[in-house]
Amino acid sequence: MSYNLKENLMREERLAGGHRMCAGCGSPIAIRTVLRQLEPGDKAVVTGATSCMEVSTFMYPYTAWKESFIHNAFENAAATCSGVETAYRALKKQGKLDDTYKFIAFGGDGGTYDIGFQSLSGAMERGHDMVYVCYDNEAYMNTGIQRSSSTPRFADTTTTPQGSVIPGKIQNKKDLTKIMVAHGIPYVAQTTFIGNFKDICEKAHKAIYTPGAAFLNVMAPCPRGWRYPSEDMMKVCKAAVETCVWPLFEVVEGKYYLSYEPKNKLPVEEYLKMQGRFAHMFKPGNEWMIEAFQQEVDRRWENLLALCNL
Amino acid sequence: MGIRERLSGNEAVAYAMKQINPDVMGAYPITPSTEIPQYFSSYVDNGEVDTEFIPVESEHSAMSTCIGAEAAGCRAISATSSCGLIYMAEMLYVAASDRLPITLAVSCRALSGPININNDHSDAMSVRDAGWLMLFAETNQEAYDNYLQAMRIGEAVGLPIMICQDGFITSHAIENIELVETEKVREFVGEYKPEGGLLKAPMAVGAYATPAFYMEAKRQQAQAMMDAKEVIKKVGAEFGAMTGRTYGLIEKYEMDDAEEAIVIIGSSAGTAKEAIKELRAQGRKVGMIKVRSFRPFPSEEIVEALKGVKAFAVMDKDDSFNGHCGPMYAEVAASLYAAGVSGPKGISYIYGLGGRDVRVESIQHVFADLKEIAETGNIGETYRYLDVRE
Repeated sequence: MSYNLKENLMREERLAGGHRMCAGCGSPIAIRTVLRQLEPGDKAVVTGATSCMEVSTFMYPYTAWKESFIHNAFENAAATCSGVETAYRALKKQGKLDDTYKFIAFGGDGGTYDIGFQSLSGAMERGHDMVYVCYDNEAYMNTGIQRSSSTPRFADTTTTPQGSVIPGKIQNKKDLTKIMVAHGIPYVAQTTFIGNFKDICEKAHKAIYTPGAAFLNVMAPCPRGWRYPSEDMMKVCKAAVETCVWPLFEVVEGKYYLSYEPKNKLPVEEYLKMQGRFAHMFKPGNEWMIEAFQQEVDRRWENLLALCNL
Repeated sequence: MGIRERLSGNEAVAYAMKQINPDVMGAYPITPSTEIPQYFSSYVDNGEVDTEFIPVESEHSAMSTCIGAEAAGCRAISATSSCGLIYMAEMLYVAASDRLPITLAVSCRALSGPININNDHSDAMSVRDAGWLMLFAETNQEAYDNYLQAMRIGEAVGLPIMICQDGFITSHAIENIELVETEKVREFVGEYKPEGGLLKAPMAVGAYATPAFYMEAKRQQAQAMMDAKEVIKKVGAEFGAMTGRTYGLIEKYEMDDAEEAIVIIGSSAGTAKEAIKELRAQGRKVGMIKVRSFRPFPSEEIVEALKGVKAFAVMDKDDSFNGHCGPMYAEVAASLYAAGVSGPKGISYIYGLGGRDVRVESIQHVFADLKEIAETGNIGETYRYLDVRE
């Protein structure tokens, strides 16, 4: 069935409104969009790592989750989800359960790239029938914008402040999506919010309905941490894709497929200039930072094209 | 009549798991508990149980998978020791707070450092405030029997439970043991029928609790722990009716007329019984209280047993490093003070750390100290280390 935005938006909403996330936050958009790809009638158990999303959606005695939801801790959403999924198989095997359930874990980049990395790697290697969705906003936003291994080079965060000696974060962003590909799982994809959401919707559906472990990395901007007007989120995402800072691709059974190739690959300035966290890169004398950033984006893009045989 | 066998403590626990046939096991190897998931995974791979085994990448994930599985409505189990236990410490608190009756077999071992693989209780004692029920075994038979009772107790009060035994001393030593027939085990343990579960009607587990609610959640946990005392006694009595081996919160040995007594946990109680037999033969009025349930702590029972003695020593196979006493001493002393009992003079003895051998003479040395205290009324140093070079 071909994708239709209107039809997709008419589907059951599985995360209720009225939660406490910031206006313009990318995380609930990622969650609602992923959950909308569950087939009507299928149930899910959602696992959430400790994060903005968790403390804002499940504050006792209220929950925004219409599906069963479990929050355990910061670093173990993948392991927890794997426990629930195993329980499902155990009960199915014993004939104690009739319904079809899907298992989806959500974590921010801190809970995924950093502290939850071991737990994620273990669950993916074991091949549980689950999807791990990272909503990547490139820093620890819940504790107040500290750098993570997902934070891009030069970004100004509260633990990598751009100072007179050190110009923001020193290291490049970890390429987690490729690390997940190296686990040899059947489906890995990288996406964000683009156009009519076809890319993220189709990838989420594949991730959920591919048997075995799947990983979805969703760039989900944070207007507070990235310092851009919250109404500009779609522009920021589009710039990330058009500059190839955040390429869209998927890896099915180890084979890379490029989802979108910009007709005119834009210079990284078009992405960086929209965000306060990169403002110092545009000061006179700091041109080298933009050059270095561009070089790294180009290097990764060429590498991705090669992997896609393009 | 049960089945006579010869098993190590680890194998006895693994066999109990097999008889119970739980839904999910998540486990990670660590000496000396490794054999438990080893034995169990052979039951799984040979189709002798229905259990799904999750070979996780760490103890932290072992407990995380158990939390997920138990919250989903399954019986979930694990086994660990030492550093593995404290690596899962964060999740132990969550399991208790989520009121998930997970069962964890612990073959107790010293904590690093220095790194050491032998027995003491520093692992279990370091998580004593995590909100778990904790039963300790003296023998392989008790480790097995405690395991068979664990789920009945934990599920009745909605708390997770640790079944502790002494690493190597019972976990690896082979002893004669009497097993219960599997049909009787299954009837005794019963089927797990939780009220809710992630795979039943939609439910949410693990909420963020503001100051307006956090304390009530903790108060309910405290109540469950208090309620567990009666449950442990009731289940122990029922188990006795089935097997002839009745269990309570403590075991008293030669305490009726004792003037000097020790309070102890685990396998060293067996050594202490031998020491007491010899001293009794010499006419000494000495006795022992073996603590089976450390959580909940049997305050009233210990006060009742100790109130008539002249001197006592609380034996801790762990040190609190608080500069004055071991962890169980603190609890025994608090129990006596709260009950208004100030007659008996008590000392704290730290012993057996990192597998330091505990001999009959070691225990007799403690009783020699107690004799001197009882006779002179002079208590001296209350914080002592046993069998150590200083």
